[in-house]
Amino acid sequence: MANHTHVQNPKVDVQYRRKKNAEEMKHQIVSFTLMIFLTLIAFFAVGYEGFSAWFSVPFILLLAVVQVIFQLYYFMHMSHKGHELPALFLYGGVVVAFVTIWAFLTVVWI
Amino acid sequence: MSTLARKKGVGAVIWDYLTTVDHKKIAILYLIAGGIFFLLGGLEAMIIRIQLAVPNNDFISAGFYNEVLTMHGTTMIFLAAMPLVFAMMNAVVPIQIGARDVAFPFLNALGFWLFFFGGVFLNLSWFLGGAPDAGWTSYASLSLASPTHGIDFYVLGLQISGFGTLIGGINFLVTIINMRAPGMTYMRMPMFTWATFVTSALILFAFPPLTVGLIFMMMDRLFGGNFFDPALGGNTIIWEHLFWIFGHPEVYILVLPAFGIFSEIFATFSRKRLFGYSSMVFATVLIGFLGFMVWAHHMFTVGMGPIANAIFAVATMAIAVPTGIKIFNWLFTMWGGSIRFTTPMMYAVAFIPSFVIGGVTGVMNATAAADYQYHDSYFVVAHFHYVIVGGVVFALLAGAHYWWPKMFGKMLDEKLGKVTFWLFFIGFHLTFFIQHFLGLMGMPRRVFTFLPGQGFETGNMISTIGAFFMAAGTIVLLANVVITTVKGKRVGNDPWEDGRTLEWAVSSPAPEYNFAQTPLVRGLDAYWIEKMEGKKGLTPAEPLGDIHMPNPSILPFVISLGLFVAAFGFLFHNDHAWGTPVGVVGLLITLGAMFFRSIIDDHGFHIHKEEVMEAEKKGAGA
Ligand code: HEM
Ligand SMILES: [Cu+2]
Repeated sequence: MANHTHVQNPKVDVQYRRKKNAEEMKHQIVSFTLMIFLTLIAFFAVGYEGFSAWFSVPFILLLAVVQVIFQLYYFMHMSHKGHELPALFLYGGVVVAFVTIWAFLTVVWI
Repeated sequence: MSTLARKKGVGAVIWDYLTTVDHKKIAILYLIAGGIFFLLGGLEAMIIRIQLAVPNNDFISAGFYNEVLTMHGTTMIFLAAMPLVFAMMNAVVPIQIGARDVAFPFLNALGFWLFFFGGVFLNLSWFLGGAPDAGWTSYASLSLASPTHGIDFYVLGLQISGFGTLIGGINFLVTIINMRAPGMTYMRMPMFTWATFVTSALILFAFPPLTVGLIFMMMDRLFGGNFFDPALGGNTIIWEHLFWIFGHPEVYILVLPAFGIFSEIFATFSRKRLFGYSSMVFATVLIGFLGFMVWAHHMFTVGMGPIANAIFAVATMAIAVPTGIKIFNWLFTMWGGSIRFTTPMMYAVAFIPSFVIGGVTGVMNATAAADYQYHDSYFVVAHFHYVIVGGVVFALLAGAHYWWPKMFGKMLDEKLGKVTFWLFFIGFHLTFFIQHFLGLMGMPRRVFTFLPGQGFETGNMISTIGAFFMAAGTIVLLANVVITTVKGKRVGNDPWEDGRTLEWAVSSPAPEYNFAQTPLVRGLDAYWIEKMEGKKGLTPAEPLGDIHMPNPSILPFVISLGLFVAAFGFLFHNDHAWGTPVGVVGLLITLGAMFFRSIIDDHGFHIHKEEVMEAEKKGAGA
């Protein structure tokens, strides 16, 4: 809505915010580490001779999806309040794009 | 014009419009530019109908017919219907939600100028070697073989105007999400605002596929690419898919605002709340969503196979359900209302049977097996003109009459308005009803002539006569505009006297800042609620204060001009040595203007409280 009124009482807020920020920082570092780790796994999956493409392609796609979710929720703050509409539009776009590609792969064959 | 404005010279007025970022003036720009393109498209339609009036006619040649046909379709969809829809949205939506402007006024102006230069670019093809001639769908198998530069004008022109549309759509999304007045929840938004919201979302998702398709086509035509050339490993069908993934949502981008306009008109002139408001919202959203799942119904005969055809047929037919919900809601809105047959209401009433005919033939087309018979025949031509003219054009004419006083402060003459309506209504059905039968009898679409003795003569003659009726209606409308502008009397806030939504609570035209005080919205049909409680104005949500306004800027014009120049350069870069340098200079103009926009601090200005009070005393109480 148009009128966010920022009720600001610095004395009360500071402590709460500091705690909140620290928590968030922790989440970001954890997810960042995880993302690097996932990337390493992806490289490994592609490089390892023992996996056929039938395994490694879907597997790294799965890892990619996980990374996107980390990115959106931990770095772009989609988990915070007030992000419902961007989330709606993002998922709306994902659904539309997915259905389109799915239709191509299953019934249309170009 | 704003109540603050003094009398100005012609030059100053032109400069004012070149630099404006005010949504009300941008609406007028869209109306004028879209109106001119509408006349141009109409002229092309008349040429088509004259050529087809009698068999074996040689009014124009076959090649020229293809150009006229292509430019008619392209102009009508992209350069007339789209901008006229944007004219209505700009004129009304910010005021309907109680805002002082759109979220990004600068981008709003940029959107307009991109559309404008794209449209001009496309039409310059007439003078520079020939217009595009592969149909408005520009299927790659045809367009890659087209010898002139016509298709290149199509590709680059639509790319530029498409950016404008995309920008406009995003702007309205942000505006409606963020700028609603206090108390205006989603379920209190007027139906036209809802339609604009869903339409903008469709634009956001539908235009990128077109952009991609046009880039591929540009590569193939101008830069040696092979996306669509099967001889070199490309695939010509990909264009058809990309085009229709955009193209079907596009028809809903046009018709949903039309539904919104009619929803406002039905409620106002039935003097009743819109029947089934929440189901209307639901149906609008559902139509928008399903609109993305049906594109391949334009390609039943391409050879996708029975499974694909069956799935897309059923998905298409499903859209008839929410559309039906809407039709019944409009009927029930009129039921028991005290109806006034004003000009906008006459269009609205005429729209229902006309659009239902278009919907029924739509479901017939969607029956994939039967479509093998209808496809590429005049039956399809009849179908889409019933939905586009009977839906979109009727709505734009209705909306123009309905909101004219809000945009210009004067009422269009009702008598002439009704003359326009009857001429247009009769002409429309004369022209297109008979085409259903021509199609069923086997007359193919997109042919420049037909032979005598096949039973097509009478039908085509009737169709051409109908077209002249519509042309006459348009001329009466133009006369009406001129007469009103010269002689019309100034009107007050609520000239129809039954206005329900916020735009009727401010002066006509609205002051530069729309609302002296942001209103408090206390329900659906906010202004009606206040009127019913015997109040004269709206309940304010804030004290009177200074109002912050954005500065005008010439940069949107310059940015668009740069792309226009660049398109010229790259179009000719294979023929002339100056092509590439001109293209680069154009891009530099655009990027330079964008650079200036980024580094110059522009804080806007304030209209002071005293000035606002002064203006309100003179204007708003009228
Ligand atoms: C009631 C819902 C509708 C249905 C079920 C429907 C169905 C169809 C189908 C199946 C076709 C393909 C026919 C063929 O090429 O063989 C078609 C063509 C077309 N429709 Fe619709 N339609 C509907 C509404 C609309 C609306 C609202 C518009 C525009 C405002 C529209 C504009 C068009 C256009 C422009 C074409 C022709 C495209 C071309 O091939 O050049 N339709 N429609
Ligand atoms: Cu369609």
